[in-house]
Amino acid sequence: MDVMPKWADVILIPLISILLAAILSALVILAIGENPWAALKLMVNGALGSTYGWGYTLYYATNFIFTGLAVAIAFHARLFNIGGEGQALIGGLGVAIICLFIPWPHWTLALLGAAIGAAVFGAAWAAIPAFLQAKRGSHIVITTIMFNFIAAAVLNYFLIGALKAPGMEPATSKFPEATHLPSFQDMFNFGETTFFRGAPANITFFVALAACVALWALIWKTRLGYELRSFGHSESAAKYAGISPTKIIMVTMLISGGLAGMMAINNVQGEAERLVLNAVEGAGFIGIAVALMGRSHPFGVLLAALLFGFLYQGGAELALWTSIPRELIIVIQALVILFTGALDNMVRMPLERLFLAMRRAKNDGRTI
Amino acid sequence: MDFATLLQMLDATLRLATPLLLACLAGLFSERAGIFDIGLEGKMLAAAFLSAAIAAVTGNVWLGLLAGIGASMILSAIHGLASITFRGNQLISGVAINFLAAGLTVVIAQSWFAQGGRTPQLTGGARFNPIELPFAEALQNVPILGPIYYELISGHTILVYVALLTVPLTWWILFRTRFGLRLRAVGENPAAVDTAGVSVIWLRFAAVGICGILCGIAGAYLATALQAGFVKDMSAGRGYIALAALIFAKWRPWYALYACLLFGFLQAMSLRSDVVEGVVGFQVNGQFLDVLPYILTVVILAGFVGKAIPPRAGGAPYVKER
Repeated sequence: MDVMPKWADVILIPLISILLAAILSALVILAIGENPWAALKLMVNGALGSTYGWGYTLYYATNFIFTGLAVAIAFHARLFNIGGEGQALIGGLGVAIICLFIPWPHWTLALLGAAIGAAVFGAAWAAIPAFLQAKRGSHIVITTIMFNFIAAAVLNYFLIGALKAPGMEPATSKFPEATHLPSFQDMFNFGETTFFRGAPANITFFVALAACVALWALIWKTRLGYELRSFGHSESAAKYAGISPTKIIMVTMLISGGLAGMMAINNVQGEAERLVLNAVEGAGFIGIAVALMGRSHPFGVLLAALLFGFLYQGGAELALWTSIPRELIIVIQALVILFTGALDNMVRMPLERLFLAMRRAKNDGRTI
Repeated sequence: MDFATLLQMLDATLRLATPLLLACLAGLFSERAGIFDIGLEGKMLAAAFLSAAIAAVTGNVWLGLLAGIGASMILSAIHGLASITFRGNQLISGVAINFLAAGLTVVIAQSWFAQGGRTPQLTGGARFNPIELPFAEALQNVPILGPIYYELISGHTILVYVALLTVPLTWWILFRTRFGLRLRAVGENPAAVDTAGVSVIWLRFAAVGICGILCGIAGAYLATALQAGFVKDMSAGRGYIALAALIFAKWRPWYALYACLLFGFLQAMSLRSDVVEGVVGFQVNGQFLDVLPYILTVVILAGFVGKAIPPRAGGAPYVKER
C-alpha cells in the first residue's frame, strides 16, 4: 500500500518543490538588489499580459513540450536521455535539408515532410548511444552528453560548409515561401483585430499537443508502452516476462530522439525559416526540468512546458526592463531540476511521515 | 615543424591539460567512491568565477584560490546532500549543479561588477604568474635538453606543478592507504564496507569533498592562471572532457594523466591549426579536433579498444540494511 494518497504524490510534492525553487529564486533576486514581487509582476505582464506575450510563451512552450516528452518517455524506461539538445540540433539539420532541397507545393505537405525528416534525423542521432547502451553496456548518459558536443560540431561543419548561404553568417539561406508555416498571427486574424502580432508561435503548437496525446496513448494504452514501463520498473522482471531489453532500449530511444528532433519544425521551419548556429538554445536541457516537473506524464509535461514558456518569455522581459540578466532563468531551471529531481526525497520523506502519522491517528480513533 | 614549434605546442599542451587533469582526478575520487559526478563542469565554473571575483577585489590570488575552492565545495555539498543523504539521482543532481553554476555566475557577476557577466581583468598579484625553475636561464643554451627545460618544464604557474604532483598523490592515497582502500571498496561494494563497521556515508562525503577541492583548484586555474579573469561559460565543456578523460583512463590516476595530456594536445592543435596543416599537409577542420576527445571516448565506451568498466556501485545510493 502506498504511504501517500495519489494526489499528494502527483500534485502536492511538485507544488512544494516549485514553491521551494520559487522562494530561492526570489532570494536571489533580492540579493542582487531587485524587488522579487515587481519582477514577478513584470514577468506575468510580459508573458501573459498580451496576445504578443502569449505568442512567445506558447512558442517557447512548444519547444519544451517536444524536448520534455523526449526526456519523459526515456524516464519511463529508466533511461536518462540527456542528449535532447544534440538530437534537436540534428533534427534541425533534417528540416533544413528537407525544406531546401525538395520543392514543396504547399506548407501542409512541407510540414509533414519536415516532421518526418526532423524525427528521422533526431532518432538517428539517438540510435547510436541507444545501441551502445543496449549492446555494449556503455552508459547512455555519458554517450548522449558526448553526442551533444559532436552534434554541435556537425552542425557547425555544415553551416560553414555545404549548407552555408552566401554572406558572412554561418546559416543556411531562407527556406522557400511554400514551406513557411502559418503563424498564430495568420491563423487568428479577424479583420481589424489581429491577435499574436509579430509573435513566433505557429501551427507546430498543435502538433505538439497532438504529440502529448499520442504519447499518452502509447505509454498507457499499448503493448509497447506496457513493455517499456515494466522494463523501467524492473529490468530483470521484464526480461523474465520475455521482453527484450535491446528492443525496448532501442525503440524508446528512437522515439525519444525523434520527439527531440521534431522540436526543429517549431524553431527552424516555423520561426527562423532557416537554420542558424545554436538554434536550440538550451531547450534540450530544459526538457529535463520539464519532464521532472511533469512527473514524466505527457499532460504534466504540457503544464510544465507552459510554465517554462512563461518563465522564458517573462525572463526575456525582465532582462529588457530591469538589470536582472536573462541567466536568472537558468538559475530557476537549475533549482527546479534540483528540487523536483535530485532532492525529491527531501520533500517526500517528511510528507510521508506526516501522512503515516495522520493515518495512524485516524486508525487509533477508530479502534477506541 | 621545427623543434621550437614542437616545444611551443607541448608547452601549450601542458597548460591546457592542467584544468582537465585536476577535474579528472576530482571525478576519479568521486566516482571511485560510487558517486557519479557530471557536475564537474559547474563546479569548475563556479570556482573560476569566485576566485576571479575575490582576486579582483582583494588583489590577492591566494585568497581567490581559497574562495574558488569554497564555491566548488558548496556545490559539492549540495551534490552530497542530494545523492548521499537524500538518495536522489546523482546524474540529475549533477545536471542541476551545472545549470546552477552557469546561471548564478553570470547573475552575480553582473550584479557585482556590471561588466556584462565578467569580472575585471586581473593583473599582477591577482593572478598566478609563471615561475622560473632554478638554472632555467643558465641552462638555456645546452643543446636539446636546455630548451626543453627552459620552454617546457620551467615557466608555468604553480598550479600546473600542483596538478602534476596530484597524480602520484592520488595514486598513493587510493592504492597505498587504508582510506584509499576503503574509498575504492565503497564504490564497488558498499554493503561490505558497512559490515566492516566503516561509515559509507562519511567515506562518500569525504570523496565528494576531495572532488570539490580539486575542481575548485581547476576552476581557479582557468580564471587566474590560464586567463586573466572570468568570462561567461569559460569552462567551455572542460568538465565534460575531464569526464571523458576519466572514462578513457578507466578510472586510474596515471592513465588519467596520459588521457588529459592527449586531450590537452588535441586542444593545443585546434588552437594552432596552421602548424597541424603544415605537418599533415592538408587543412584539418578545427571543429573536428575539438570534438575528437568526445569521439574517442565514445569509441572507448563502445568497447572497441578495451572495455571501460565503471566502479560497480557507481550511481546507486546506499540504503543501510535494517
